[in-house]
Amino acid sequence: MSTSSSAPASSTPARDGLGKVALIAIAVGVLAFAVLPLLVPTYQVSILTEILIFAVLAMAVDILAGYTGRTPLCHGAIFGVATYVVVYWSQQGGAPVTGLLLGVAAATLVGAIFGLLAIRTSGVYFLLLTLALGMIVWGVCLRWTSVTGGENGLRGSVRPEMLAGHMPFYYAVFAVVGLITFIMWRFVRSPFGLTLRGIRDSESRMRALGYNVSLHLFLAFTISGFFAGLAGALYAMFNDFVSPSTVALSQSVEGLLMAITGGIGTLFGAFIGAAAIIGLENFVSQYTERWPTVLGLMFILIMIFAPQGVIGRVRDLVRRR
Amino acid sequence: MSGLNAFQLLNGLTFAALLFIVASGFTLIFGLLRIVNLAHGALYLLGGYLGYAAASATGSFLVGVLAAMAGVAVCGLILDRGLLRFVRGYELRQVLLTLGVAFVLNDMTLVIFGGDTYTVPTPDFLKGAVRFWGLFYPKYRLFVLALGVVVFIALWVLLNKTRLGALIRAGVDDPEIIAAMGINIRKVFLLTFMLGAALAGLGGAVGGAFLTLYPSADSEILVFSLAVVIIGGRGSLVGAAVGALIVGMLNTIGQVMFPEFAYFVIFGPMAAILAFRPLGLFGKAA
Repeated sequence: MSTSSSAPASSTPARDGLGKVALIAIAVGVLAFAVLPLLVPTYQVSILTEILIFAVLAMAVDILAGYTGRTPLCHGAIFGVATYVVVYWSQQGGAPVTGLLLGVAAATLVGAIFGLLAIRTSGVYFLLLTLALGMIVWGVCLRWTSVTGGENGLRGSVRPEMLAGHMPFYYAVFAVVGLITFIMWRFVRSPFGLTLRGIRDSESRMRALGYNVSLHLFLAFTISGFFAGLAGALYAMFNDFVSPSTVALSQSVEGLLMAITGGIGTLFGAFIGAAAIIGLENFVSQYTERWPTVLGLMFILIMIFAPQGVIGRVRDLVRRR
Repeated sequence: MSGLNAFQLLNGLTFAALLFIVASGFTLIFGLLRIVNLAHGALYLLGGYLGYAAASATGSFLVGVLAAMAGVAVCGLILDRGLLRFVRGYELRQVLLTLGVAFVLNDMTLVIFGGDTYTVPTPDFLKGAVRFWGLFYPKYRLFVLALGVVVFIALWVLLNKTRLGALIRAGVDDPEIIAAMGINIRKVFLLTFMLGAALAGLGGAVGGAFLTLYPSADSEILVFSLAVVIIGGRGSLVGAAVGALIVGMLNTIGQVMFPEFAYFVIFGPMAAILAFRPLGLFGKAA
């Protein structure tokens, strides 16, 4: 986390194309996600689907935390807004496609509003403000019972007939997430993305160079919200159910933890982070109900021992040789 | 349900007093030690449970309150000495670490106390209501209001009129010089941290007697405390008091007039204040 200002080198390698190692790693990753569902039982296929969806959320977090140097704690809420809208729409009998579009639009709008408020702050203040903003969404979802169903949540039927099976749905998500990932990768390497990194490393320098820092931050926040919304909409299709826990702080925390575990500012690390966290969650849940404790302990340990994430840690170890 | 009456205004005021007690601990740690303790809400809840357990066991409200303060202060000691020392100087790592601690603490209190709601038993002389200005008002809530004022005065005197307060303020400005003058600044900061934690415990025990304790009470109080500190500005005692008044009153107004959107009513003014003063009403740049 602290690397955001002190060690910009941590995310430079991707600047001019990808290294050979990275290309191989990506190929292996894609291949694994393509082949694994054929080998594992149905239940594990749904876990894999979840991993892909949450990787998008973690990448959305990474756009802000890794590439813009602003660590947000509200992305679970933005994600959940999309889920709520999509499920609500389907419950009211609306067409799923319209629902998905509305859901992503709503999340983008929430992201834009949060962005407007949050871009004036940085560092810890940014974190606190986004946390408070996310909690407001949670409070509304919990109390606005006539629309959100309160604690009971909402049940819908978002998934279209042709994607009802686990396998077809998995591969649909696989394709969509692949596309989203490619777009995000292009985004962080675009001139706009490079400007964001410039802002992360030195806001005053970018301002002196004539960049409109506030506007860039606002757009980055909105775009990040858009991607979180995409993940939320996918999650609505995956789960067909939404409750306040979908927008709760723990969701934002998990999204951030995935981004950090994979390595802040690595983008693709999100897949490793999502796989690690969701895999662990499912593994731990077989033995104990104390998942929040495990999550908290992981957070503490990662903050103490590997704040630069798994990929960052491995890269540091490799470099040291 | 439309319109406010004196009873509801007093409710807002007493809630503000409780918020001030909790948020003053938060702002003390945040402003002076530069540590954002997201486990503050969890410490509040823990204080409430400890207060409940001790007060029920001994039958004394005072023992419950003292046990809550002492227990939570010890938690603060462990948190600072056991965990935060590893990430000193890294603001974001500190915040996220305390967030992890909050998760663990909450889950552990859930294990021990279960998902039921509890109310800290109040002493007999604070039960019932008093009559004034033609309305009946619970004695206990008035006691909380008075306690809030007492805590404010005590903290102000501590920070501005005592040696320890002078050390804390000097340590914030220049810890190295203070250390060079032969003063153990780490000890001063540790004391401050424990004091801040004890205030969360006090808030939990006192608040647990009229707001009831339940597993997600911690995040609600944390959000309120955050709003107080964001509005008031970090490290400012006056800011915390003003912020608590604003948040407490807005929350009451919101709950009376728009029960489903009470959070929004706080959120709007908070956003407006941030737009003009990103560091809060009384905040100073670090």
